[in-house]
Amino acid sequence: MLRQVEGSQAVARAVTLCRPQVIAAYPISPQTHIVESLSDRVRTGELTSCEYLMVESEFGAMSACIGASGAGARTYTATSSQGLLFMAEALFNASGLGLPIVMTVANRAIGAPINIWNDHSDAMSMRDSGWIQLFAESNQEAVDLHVQAYRLAESLSVPVMVCMDGFVLTHAFEEVDLPSQEQVDAFVPPLVPQQLLDPADPVTIGAMVGPEAFAEVKYLMHVKQMAALDEIPVIAEDFLRAFGRASGGLLKPYRVEDAETVVVALGSVLGTVEEVVDAMRDDGLSVGALGITCFRPWPVAEVREALGRAKRVVVVEKAFAVGAGGIVGQNVRDATRNLPVDVYDVVAGLGGRPITRASLRRLLDDVVAARVDASRLHFLDLDVELVQRELERARHGARPGPHAENMLRDIGTVASGAYE
Amino acid sequence: MFAVRIHGRGGQGAVTAAELLSVAAFDEGRHAQAFPTFGSERTGAPVVAFCRIDDKPIRLREPITDPDALIVQDPTLLHQVDLFAGLGPQGYLVLNTSSTLEELGLTELGQRLDPDRVVTVPATEIARQHVGLPVPNVPLLGAFAALTGQVSLDAVRDAVRDRFPGALGDGNVRAAEVAHEHVRTTMRRSADA
Repeated sequence: MLRQVEGSQAVARAVTLCRPQVIAAYPISPQTHIVESLSDRVRTGELTSCEYLMVESEFGAMSACIGASGAGARTYTATSSQGLLFMAEALFNASGLGLPIVMTVANRAIGAPINIWNDHSDAMSMRDSGWIQLFAESNQEAVDLHVQAYRLAESLSVPVMVCMDGFVLTHAFEEVDLPSQEQVDAFVPPLVPQQLLDPADPVTIGAMVGPEAFAEVKYLMHVKQMAALDEIPVIAEDFLRAFGRASGGLLKPYRVEDAETVVVALGSVLGTVEEVVDAMRDDGLSVGALGITCFRPWPVAEVREALGRAKRVVVVEKAFAVGAGGIVGQNVRDATRNLPVDVYDVVAGLGGRPITRASLRRLLDDVVAARVDASRLHFLDLDVELVQRELERARHGARPGPHAENMLRDIGTVASGAYE
Repeated sequence: MFAVRIHGRGGQGAVTAAELLSVAAFDEGRHAQAFPTFGSERTGAPVVAFCRIDDKPIRLREPITDPDALIVQDPTLLHQVDLFAGLGPQGYLVLNTSSTLEELGLTELGQRLDPDRVVTVPATEIARQHVGLPVPNVPLLGAFAALTGQVSLDAVRDAVRDRFPGALGDGNVRAAEVAHEHVRTTMRRSADA
């Protein structure tokens, strides 16, 4: 049924329809509306046969999910930002043990400086944790990806992270076609655990493994992720047949077939990128976009194929590897190795700074006109003068003080009121 | 595309207003997108919320810098926020005040805009009277419906009742109706003049 609904509520409903048996979560903005809503749905009986655990931390949340999943329960949790980092150790255990846990990450920046707004630093920091990572462009896709995530997680016995932009999607009201219980039941069959803590048939989940077999167990994690590259498109095709709409899959190409310049991006910014692509096409410029729905596993062959005819690839990403460069950019460069294409790394939208059509258009016009150096890392809309003034201040005096406070004072936003 | 920006203070229901407006537009068969700019979510702090309404699906996610309509829930924000940024000469303005533009020192703004597209509504008073709370968001939506015709009063009523069942919804619906009528009367008077 098509409804005008908040993204968090839509996702909570989608998760409910997937019939999780254990939900363990700890609130953190901007994910809180999702787990609040789920706890309500358990309390009111809309979600039956489910135990909702209000745990003491995100580490506890993921640990409880690991235990419950090992005992054969379908599990769910959600988090953001520092919460995901607090889970880090348990994330690697969930994937290393091969447990089919599904988690929503409402993407948010990581401090310091503390910041509650959207970017992709949280998910990107866990890109090598062995979780599958899917990124939603809209709330409709967020809903659909959760339904597909349970199918994927349980068919391969791997954990899946569904990433949706915090606030931009979680707190946006837009139309979402919510599936029926019958549709979801038919698409996500009851969980048949591939390993189970059963007193009648005891096994150890989490045996210590020494040098004699550690590499082989880890290698199997990689094999499963590679298998996911085949499984994800199959699930998306099944989804299209069952629900009548295209959603999920590995990549989302938009007007790329003949495009000389292709923008690569993840998540909710894709809609804005598509608007810019259309406007530039109207002006006779050969531009397209490639959305990365599945970032882990990295669909290297599919990305190479999609970008094989481009001359310029502009990777616009909401995170970066400090001291190294773009993260998605490095992966794109790997996928396009030895192709005659320039890959531009552009960091944008950090800490909730809006990525606007105007800024994207300026960037792409500069790239097309060869005014951008592909060998350097670029920051969209960076206030260079603000940075330079702070660098200048830092050169003087014995104790120049903290950058964050200094720069807020510089632009007229008082940080703490500790001065004056 | 019709883009609405709502300025208020924490507690005045700016975010809820944008959401209700999106529901009202959706119920009338249009596409709509409402979203807030969250920041320091404190009572009294400046809050901005946005709503886009269109006849085709909405992909754009940037904040609204050039609104077709502006709803100002609290005129004291004038001294704190660049309220009218991006509002063109054909823009609509719904201002919550029992004063006139001139009394608020907005004579210049009034001259810049089309007088048929500017209304002042004592929405806080209307809410106090009919809802029992000084929360002006819903009466301002009634006023917005009357001024712009982007949504009908019926759709606003349905969206409000759906969100707030019972007495709270009934009171807010009455407040929306009173504000709607206030704007229609104002517009008739200016048409007669």
